[in-house]
Amino acid sequence: MAVKLVFLGRLADLTGVSEREVAGPLDWSGLLDALQGELGGWLASDKVKLAVNGAILADKLDLQAADGDEIALLPPVSGG
Amino acid sequence: MKDVRLLAEPFVPGSLVGPFTSAHPGLGGTCTFVGEVRGDANEVGGVEALELSHYEPLTLAGMDALADAALARFDLMGILLVHRVGELRPGEPIVLVSACARHRRAAIQAVDFTMDHLKSDAWFWKRERRGGEWRWIDPRPEDHADLARWGN
Repeated sequence: MAVKLVFLGRLADLTGVSEREVAGPLDWSGLLDALQGELGGWLASDKVKLAVNGAILADKLDLQAADGDEIALLPPVSGG
Repeated sequence: MKDVRLLAEPFVPGSLVGPFTSAHPGLGGTCTFVGEVRGDANEVGGVEALELSHYEPLTLAGMDALADAALARFDLMGILLVHRVGELRPGEPIVLVSACARHRRAAIQAVDFTMDHLKSDAWFWKRERRGGEWRWIDPRPEDHADLARWGN
């Protein structure tokens, strides 16, 4: 078991993959460490939201994910 | 009735609208909007393809909540909301919104409301290919202005 990261939109282009597994548990600083600046300024940007198991976090700094959880990294939508 | 779908394959709008309309005997009117991928195959540098990606836990749930909001706000008998994902070509239907009501204004306004919300805050990420190059599409300011018409 691990924490699954899902990269949406242009974030998948930056990482080169749409999903990745990292060791849990994972908090905000752990996520920063796991991505090692791969997303440039996007990860810390207000424009990128995080969802844990489909629920959007009001504040990314509150991130707490355990093994089996799925974290989606969501750049601004283009709309339908 | 409420019918909300994400489709990964091309669809024929009439084949969905027909049964949807038939499911509401006694209706006064049906309003349907079909959006297609804009493009001109003969245009140099024009759009060759459009790709929509989505995130299932948010995208379908968001569309379902939008359908509920339209049903709550307008006096409808039913609403049908269909959106494509995957790679599309110019001329292919990408979105379908249809509303049945006893009276026309509710149906017309519900479709307008639903489209404005879909265009600006639905969970889709789009990129288009021109001249063989893919480019991500950012939201347009006009889309947010359209949304503001509805007050929320």
